[in-house]
Amino acid sequence: MNEVAEYVEIHRHPEPKSFISRWIFSLDHKVIGIQYVMLAVVAVFIGMALSLLIRLRLVWPEQAVPLLGDLFPVGAPDGVMTPEFYLSMLTMHGTMMVFMVLTTAPQGGFGNYVLPIQIGANDMAFPRLNMLSFWTTFLSFCALMMAFFVEGGAPISGWTAYPPLSALDAAVIAGTGQDWWIISIALFCVASLLGALNFIVTTLQLRAKGLTMMRLPLTVWTWFVTAILGLLAFGVLLAAGVLLLLDRNLGTSFFIPAGLVINDQLIDRSGGSPILWQHLFWFFGHPEVYIAILPGMGVTSHILATFSRKPVFGYKVMVYAIAAIGGLGFVVWGHHMFMSGMSPYSAFVFSVLTMCIGVPSAIKTFNWIGTLWGGKIRFTSPMLFSVGFVSLFVTGGLSGIFLGQPTVDLFFHDTYFVVAHFHLIMGVAAIFGMFAGLTFWFPKMFGRFMHEGLSKVHFWLTFLGVYAIFGPMHYLGMLPHPRRYAEITGVDYLAAGGSAEIHYFITIAAMITITAQLIFLFNLVWSLFKGKVCSDDNPWEATTLEWAVPTPPPYDNFAGRIPTVYRGAYDFSLPKAKRDYAMQCNSDDMVYRQAAGD
Amino acid sequence: MSDSHSAGTAVEAGWGGGASPFAVGHKKLGMWLFIVSDALTFSALIITYSYVRAANEWPTPFDFYPAIIFSSLMTLVLLSSSLTMVFAVDAAHRGDRSATAKWTWATALGGVIFIVLHVNEWIHLIHDGVTPLSNPWGTPLFGGTFFTLTGLHMTHVAIGVVYLGIIAIGFKRGKYDAEDVEVSGLYWHFVDLVWMFIFPLVYLMSTKIS
Repeated sequence: MNEVAEYVEIHRHPEPKSFISRWIFSLDHKVIGIQYVMLAVVAVFIGMALSLLIRLRLVWPEQAVPLLGDLFPVGAPDGVMTPEFYLSMLTMHGTMMVFMVLTTAPQGGFGNYVLPIQIGANDMAFPRLNMLSFWTTFLSFCALMMAFFVEGGAPISGWTAYPPLSALDAAVIAGTGQDWWIISIALFCVASLLGALNFIVTTLQLRAKGLTMMRLPLTVWTWFVTAILGLLAFGVLLAAGVLLLLDRNLGTSFFIPAGLVINDQLIDRSGGSPILWQHLFWFFGHPEVYIAILPGMGVTSHILATFSRKPVFGYKVMVYAIAAIGGLGFVVWGHHMFMSGMSPYSAFVFSVLTMCIGVPSAIKTFNWIGTLWGGKIRFTSPMLFSVGFVSLFVTGGLSGIFLGQPTVDLFFHDTYFVVAHFHLIMGVAAIFGMFAGLTFWFPKMFGRFMHEGLSKVHFWLTFLGVYAIFGPMHYLGMLPHPRRYAEITGVDYLAAGGSAEIHYFITIAAMITITAQLIFLFNLVWSLFKGKVCSDDNPWEATTLEWAVPTPPPYDNFAGRIPTVYRGAYDFSLPKAKRDYAMQCNSDDMVYRQAAGD
Repeated sequence: MSDSHSAGTAVEAGWGGGASPFAVGHKKLGMWLFIVSDALTFSALIITYSYVRAANEWPTPFDFYPAIIFSSLMTLVLLSSSLTMVFAVDAAHRGDRSATAKWTWATALGGVIFIVLHVNEWIHLIHDGVTPLSNPWGTPLFGGTFFTLTGLHMTHVAIGVVYLGIIAIGFKRGKYDAEDVEVSGLYWHFVDLVWMFIFPLVYLMSTKIS
């Protein structure tokens, strides 16, 4: 089935014997990948619980939540959430999701597991650095969790940590929550930088013989470009975080202007500028959006081709589009700051550049549909999630065109329209990419399939659920209903225009969708132990190298050998071939000539 | 014609998989990438410095301690250490282990002298009332940016000194090869190069050269 034309023998490292070096402080990229995914699964359920609290507080502000009072006696006395607690929940929801889920799982998780096998390497270029990246990320996660439980509670300044709110204790409840937040993010930056460096070196140096850049699977291309973005972006956030930490603890005033009055008190600082933070933050923050979404694009391209039994439509153009999105991602950060006070000329430039991103994005969407067009489509669960990704990407992308216009953004800024936009495109689309990846690679990782029926039920409930949640938010934004308000009932104009009923509907939809995620959790755990055994090394009849190794792959992937690559990543439905696909490691001889021998 | 053709094939072979496209080891490529990302961290601080300097009354001319000539001496020492590093890398490629160790130690010594002089300058400035929080001339961020930028740079020099020491000892014992020395040299030259941005921006643009 998975015959390989030719192997190159290499020096083989022995598999570590002890449990700790095999499974805890492992140097094996596959184990580290699974560790990242597990961390992300824990984080995503915490983040989702926070979003549930956010929705509950919005609709029933006086209602006591069971157990919450015991966990957070200050933030939620007797289980009733204070407005400050609401803000800290949304800060932690955003931080948890953006950093610990959207940045870890697609890149650190799936990238780590799959990239070395797909390029025919037996590990990453720097296995020790890889381990260090994961454990630094884990420390970062612990530091973030600390913020919940220190005095004063979690920070309330949002995941963007805008000063002066984030820089001055006088502005909020005194405490070290924001400091823990910054420490967590600084650690995360270091971990991501090391990880990115590792990915780039691995992709450039360790490709198997014959695997040119233009034969790389699109998954590898997106992980590669994502790594470049991470390498360039996280260093800037690291510097900004250190400055914010100095502002908070040493008393410098990088981000604090003169003459600031808080609670009738003149703040004795001068010389800094909150806008400076916004520049530094968004120089990181915008590429971060692509760090979250690009791997999802790669997985989607990969899966759409595999289950349409067709080559990716316009492979080269897809590569250029990925590179263009990555490059443009660095020159559009100003579109987050249209309302912060900016020269109209700058806003114009940022706006035009932002519109430019629409071009490669549209090309990608067109090519995805082109890939599906006329294909022999197999509607497996990874395929469903990938098609869902395309749908969410288009919906979320269209609202981006509105927000990218300075004049329109003046109206939509800080409303639920923005919440709807970035949740669909950055949050949910990326998470659909992860679901697609997990259901697709699960049999390779664990030797068992995820339950197909449960996955499909999970898909439909989630797909309809997220549209029910975020669709109406566009309308809320047009009212315009501002975001970040802790309640809507106490303020007359907020409840007007039917927005109270819409919020009620959204909360109910969120409760159903969140409950549906328990199906996923059950499916994940159940399938690990009881799922249908995958006895075939290439169950999806895919073409890339991860399907040419045993299931699950041995310690060094190709068992002391490296295959030779003969063809591009998506050779489906080759005319005159004996099967409807040709793996990258199959020579022409295998693909065509043996047909006669059969 | 034939030359360019063969060069083209060489490039093809490098990018064709199974080999490093730049014909370098993992560590060297990794160090280049680290330098890129570290350069962005420094850029963020330099932009911060420029931003607040443009937005504030800057106390200029400022003579530093005891005079700009002293800071220039620091710069000279650091730049000279890049030269000794070049000799170290050259010796390493020739396979001369003891000369490599000698030049690497000389480079580390340059780093140590730089740190000693720099800390001396810091102490005197602090004594004169310049701290990260305030200074007698107003504009608190004058001190804030000065100590952040030079502090991060000095941290890099200190890490570099330790790094070079490890390389010097390890190379002499045969634990490292010439490329490892070269990689440490890349780091060291980068740290020097960063100073070539900090010195004009923070020192020369603030002082009066008479």
